Amino acid sequence: MDDLVKRFLNGERRALARIISRVENGTPEGRDYLRTLFPHSGRTHIIGVTGGAGSGKSTLTGALAGEYRKRGKTVGIVAVDPSSPFTHGAILGDRIRMQEHALDPGVYVRSMAGRGALGGLAPTIDDVVSIMDAFGFDYVVIETVGAGQDEVEIAGTALTTILVNNPGTGDDIQALKAGIIEIADILVVNKADHPGADVLVSQLQALLSLAPKGSRRPPILKTTAIKNEGMEALADAIDAHRVELETTGKLEEHRAEDARHQVLSITRSILLERIRAATSESDLAALVQRVAARELDPHSAADELAAAVAAQS
Amino acid sequence: MTAPTATKIRVLIAKPGLDGHDRGAKVVARALRDGGCEVIYTGIRQTPEMIAEAALQEDVDVVGLSILSGAHLELFPRVVAELKKRGVDDVLLFCGGIIPDEDTKPLEDLGFSAIFRPGTNTQDIVKFVYAHVTK
Repeated sequence: MDDLVKRFLNGERRALARIISRVENGTPEGRDYLRTLFPHSGRTHIIGVTGGAGSGKSTLTGALAGEYRKRGKTVGIVAVDPSSPFTHGAILGDRIRMQEHALDPGVYVRSMAGRGALGGLAPTIDDVVSIMDAFGFDYVVIETVGAGQDEVEIAGTALTTILVNNPGTGDDIQALKAGIIEIADILVVNKADHPGADVLVSQLQALLSLAPKGSRRPPILKTTAIKNEGMEALADAIDAHRVELETTGKLEEHRAEDARHQVLSITRSILLERIRAATSESDLAALVQRVAARELDPHSAADELAAAVAAQS
Repeated sequence: MTAPTATKIRVLIAKPGLDGHDRGAKVVARALRDGGCEVIYTGIRQTPEMIAEAALQEDVDVVGLSILSGAHLELFPRVVAELKKRGVDDVLLFCGGIIPDEDTKPLEDLGFSAIFRPGTNTQDIVKFVYAHVTK
């Protein structure tokens, strides 16, 4: 067996960190590691923390990890920050809010750059989470890029999705809109020591009361993460949601859906990769130029590209 | 410029010790970001243990330390020792801040490949990183 794998299975964090890098970068070596370690995954409870920029996701994630440590549980954290759309560089600053766990061997924090992925995640987030899952943390928490209204992808990867709201950020019509609010398994009103927290809670309650009969009503919790307030109730709500998933059969359903999504999305990138390989850069440039000049519509252009691969295989 | 998903150079920018002047560290972090690196910034008042542990967990290629307190010969050897203790022995080290010329040699001996003092063009730092890290 590969020495790195052996050290990984022995619980060595440096081996974990090294394997994550390879998997994050999607190198052939990374693929081998994923193949070897994937069978060890599937035991961890995966939590997603999403919400607007500055809503307190990192602080909440750090405080939640503190609560789990009190309960004797280990936590792996993947914190995603955006990449520059121009230079593709990134500043990853979520660790700053999690300093109290800096030297705790029961907490591992890994920063990831979004690298252009949609949905507030990173292109290889599923693979990195699988590796952290295989390492054997009791909980893995994914913190998304600051999300607005429509970044719902986290609900596919996470088993429990927490949406972090803040008082004073919009009226009840905002909460009535479709999108991100629908994927929340738990609604958190963070910065609850700020004015307007109770108003927001009642607005959210009123909104949830409009949901069709029999549909699940996510709990609404008030937290002040910076003061570690409300973390016990949050950890309890996450555990209750896990039990709910298990007893209703939703856990298997969720896993099957996530597996389908992962397989299809990887297939999509393989096919795109093949199309790119089958088409020369100059042919592609000529084709898109015709679209830009309005001589050809984008759908027909895509059909032409796809046909090139079909002809090859 | 590389593809958005291509492997990136990961850099940890850290400030050991008690001085709170982080402008230099932020300027360097920003320059490396604009140079296409993924920069992990951990903020001020980091202990050597915290810096080494962050370098390990984030599996960085480069560690840059910023200091203006004058305690570099006190703190940097401890950062290096903590890195070694954790088996993190293959990172590129550089530092910057108020560092007297006579301290250059001891820092080089410690493994620092470059010292960037006030007035440095940030592009030189970006070039230095790309010249020393192959990915």
